[in-house]
This record gives sequence, C-alpha cells and structure tokens, in this order.
Amino acid sequence: MNDADLTALGITLQLAAITTLTLLVIGTPLAWWLARSKWRFKFVVEALVAMPLVLPPTVLGFYLLMALGPNGPIGGWMQAMGGQPLAFTFTGLVLGSVIYSLPFVVQPLQDAFSAVGRQPLEVASTLRASPLDRFFSVAVPLAAPGFLTAIVLGFAHTIGEFGVVLMIGGNIPGKTQVVSIAIYDHVEGMEYANAHWLSAGLLVMSFCLLVLVYGLNRKFRVVKL
Amino acid sequence: MNMQARFHIRQGGFNLHADLKIPARGVTALFGPSGCGKSSLLRAIAGLDRHTDGYFKFGAEIWQDQQQFLPPHKRPLGFVFQEASLFPHLNVRRNLEYGVKRTPTSARFISLEKAVSLLGIQNLMERSPGTLSGGEKQRVAIARALAVSPRLLLMDEPLAALDQARKQEILPYLETLHDELQIPILYVSHTLEEIARLADHLILFGTEGVIDSGPIEEMLTRLDLPLAHSADAATIFNAKVVGFDQTYHLTHLQFDGGELTVPGMSLQLHQPVRVRIAARDISLTLQRQSSTSIQNIFAASVAEMMAEGDSQVTVRLNVGGVPALARVTQKSAAELELAPGCSVFAQVKSAVLLG
Repeated sequence: MNDADLTALGITLQLAAITTLTLLVIGTPLAWWLARSKWRFKFVVEALVAMPLVLPPTVLGFYLLMALGPNGPIGGWMQAMGGQPLAFTFTGLVLGSVIYSLPFVVQPLQDAFSAVGRQPLEVASTLRASPLDRFFSVAVPLAAPGFLTAIVLGFAHTIGEFGVVLMIGGNIPGKTQVVSIAIYDHVEGMEYANAHWLSAGLLVMSFCLLVLVYGLNRKFRVVKL
Repeated sequence: MNMQARFHIRQGGFNLHADLKIPARGVTALFGPSGCGKSSLLRAIAGLDRHTDGYFKFGAEIWQDQQQFLPPHKRPLGFVFQEASLFPHLNVRRNLEYGVKRTPTSARFISLEKAVSLLGIQNLMERSPGTLSGGEKQRVAIARALAVSPRLLLMDEPLAALDQARKQEILPYLETLHDELQIPILYVSHTLEEIARLADHLILFGTEGVIDSGPIEEMLTRLDLPLAHSADAATIFNAKVVGFDQTYHLTHLQFDGGELTVPGMSLQLHQPVRVRIAARDISLTLQRQSSTSIQNIFAASVAEMMAEGDSQVTVRLNVGGVPALARVTQKSAAELELAPGCSVFAQVKSAVLLG
C-alpha cells in the first residue's frame, strides 16, 4: 500500500465516522418520530428516507452536484454569502454520504423504537419521568441493539459508497479521494496488487462489522436487517 | 376529602359518560364487565390518555379542566398496570430506584425500604426482571409504584394476568396496603372476589357506562343493582374480634348487628376483620330456633324482596342496621308469609373471613 492509498483510507474512515455521527444526531429524532407518529401521510416521509436504497448513487450525486456547485441554488447562495461552494470538498462528501446512508441508520432505529412500544414509556411517565428523561432513560437503552445496528450499517455503507462520492467529491487525492475510488483508479491503471490490498481490506472489514451485527442480534433478537 | 372525575370517553366500541365523586380514602373499586371502559377511565384519571372536556380534581388540586392539563409525570400518583412492565434493562433495585430518584425529597413519605418490606421483596432486589415469576414481577411493580410516595394509587386489574395461585399470593399484600397506608386506591377489576376482599367503596359499571356508586356493603345488597342477583350474591361487613371460646375453639366477632361466632382461633383480640356471608347461607325462621346446630341467629326485619326466576326469591334484611341478603325458595317465602316489614330470625350457616 502506498502513501496515497493510506491517505485515501484515512479520508474514508474519517468520512464514515463523521457521517455516522451526523446520522445519529439527525436520524434518531427522525426515527423516533416515524416510530411514534400517527400522521396519515407518514408513509411519504418513509418513502423519502428509503429513496437512496433504490436510486442509482450517480443520480443522487448528480443532483447534489447540481445543487451544491457554484451555479446551483445552494452553492450559489453560499457563494453569495461569502462562502465556498460545497462541491468537490470534504464537507460536500459528508453531506452526500449522510443522504445516501440515511435509510441504513433510520430504519434500524425506527424498528427498534417500535419494538420498545408505548408501555415502558407510560410506566416511566407514572414514575415521574418527563418526556425527554424517559426517552434517554428508557427508550434509548431498550433500543440499544438498534443503535448498534444503525452505527455499524451507517459506517459500513458509507465506506462502500462510490457513485455519490465520485460525483460530488471529484476524486481529488488527499482531499476527497476515498478507498472505493482509489481501487477503481488502480484497476484502471492495471495496478492489480494495490487494488487487491485495498479490496481485501474492505472485504475483511465489512465482514467483521456484519458478523458483529448479526452476532449481537442473535443475542438481543430485536432488529432484523 | 373527595376526588371529582368527569369524563366523556369515546373510544373503540364504547362511549362512556362518567361524572363521579370518589372518596379520597380507602379502596374504591371500579367494577364491571370487560370492555365497559373502566380501565379507560383509570387511564384518563392518570392523564395517560387526554380527553377533551375532561375534568379531574383531587382534593383541592385540579389536575385537568378546560384550561389546564397536568401530564402524568407531574401528578402525585402511582400506577400499577395489568402487565407488571418492569424495565428489562434494570434489576429490581434499580427499577424501584427509578421513580424514587425522580421524586422530590420533600414529597417522599414512603421509603424504599418500606415499599420493599410491604411487598416482601427483600430477597429479589438484585435479580433481573426476566428471572422473576409472574407474581414476583407484579409485587415488584406494586412496590415500584408505592416507592414514588403517591398520594393516589391507581391499579388497573393488577391480578388479571395471573393464575389463581399467584392471585392468592398477592391478595394478602394488597390487604396490607389497605390496612397500613393512608393512600386512597382506585382499583379496577372484573372479579367479585377481589372486590369483596379489598374494596370499601364501589363504582359499578355496566355495558352502558357507570350504573351507580356507593359503599360496598350497600352496593352488594341493593336489589335494584345486578350484584344482589348473581348466584354468589353475598353480604360484606366489618367486624372486630372480641373474645374466644377456649373450650370449643371458637372466635367471637362483634359487628353492628350483633355478635357472630366462627370456628377457629387464628385471629388476635381486637383485630378488625372483614366478613362475607353468602345469600344462600342465610335461612329465615319466624321464631328463634333453640334446638338447632346453627350458632349464629340474628333478629332482623325484611326490607325488600325480589323474585329470582320462578323458584327463588332474594330477601334484603336489616340486621341491626347492617344490610344482608338471604336467598330462599318462593315456596318458603309463601309459607312464612314473608313481606317487607316482617320480623324474622336470620340463621347464618357459614361465614367467610376475608382477612
């Protein structure tokens, strides 16, 4: 593995970590709401969350690029406010990854919160716990296996993405080049040995993460993938 | 002190109007068939379900009216659900501490230790809920509800999910609560046996909503209500141990209508006891029988009579101010020429002590 590969690996892990953290912050309240809301049009939001599961990543990447580039609505606005457009930046990568990996975090959390049900929270309310208090003291601990699944899947899926990061990140070595794209570059350049190292690394890591999820699910029997 | 509850609950298959004044002492039973809305009323009182136009006042404190609605966690109540619902991620001790920690020190009047000893769960404290039996779980759940020092305890069919043996295991603890704590209890049940053992006051529900409410002794014996007409109709009254017969191993109980003698000597002198006498265990005579095996004979007057089917009649008696029911055949009633106002003698064949 050369230095460029190591840099790509570092960026990949950093991207996956930041994306997963961001998704936990955004995804937890969203999943909570989806699990508890009785709003009749809730299914529309559920469909939106699930979109990245079926869309080719390039479609998502293309529209993000359009929106975030200097001529796009968001990028243009940011430039007008004195900032930099997000296209071809690490922040842009994070934004794209967050959208792309959203269902992998929200769905396990929503399932876990649904499995907790109303009863434990009602009990907590009769034991003087305020809504926020009972969320953290009852709902979160009871949904812990769901959180673990969400973290592992969000992390692993972000590592594995290709289309979105290529479109929005632009494959800039040392800045937005991640492992999946580095592998592609190596194959393009007939450097199969390098491609092997990175590919095998990803393969082993993904397998380990999934073994962890399934192993713990067997113990807790809460969340199914 | 009283509680006032006014709710209109439209939900699922029923439409319940309740406008009740409930004494804020002793055990008040919400009794009626399944699905009549009594559990929903209890949830409304707890604030677990919010109904528009609902009204609930506890003593001088308004918990819900047009302007305000106190959420459940701000109401000084304890709630025992039908399923014990212990937090599976906490052991028994931490389940109990969950509510205690969230109760301001100034509002605590039942210590954790007191709650633990009242329910006899000292040996379960370090156990995980998953390892407890159904009866143990429910005892922990009741202790957990008590440990928040509630000023009102709500119990939603706490024994319904348990088998007969587990029920018998828990009932004595509930009787202890009734005797030892000054907390008013609202107790939902559809089992007459539990009500007979625990309740002081009864709110009777029918399929159409609340039928009537009043002291249990009256409610059980009123001929205009269905309870007096069931096959196991009975009279309940409170009595006190006043003496023993050492020779024949008997206990003398004093109640408002006179003195009742029961076999056995397991009680303490002056101990209060609740007595139940089934309507079919009382027979009537016009003269006091002298040569009879029956020990307990009371002078009474017939207050009211109502036919049960074609062959029986339920007679409501007044035994020195205590209402009592007797179930006799219509043939006997005719031969004795029973009618309201008649003086009779009530012969009690057996009485059940309810602890």
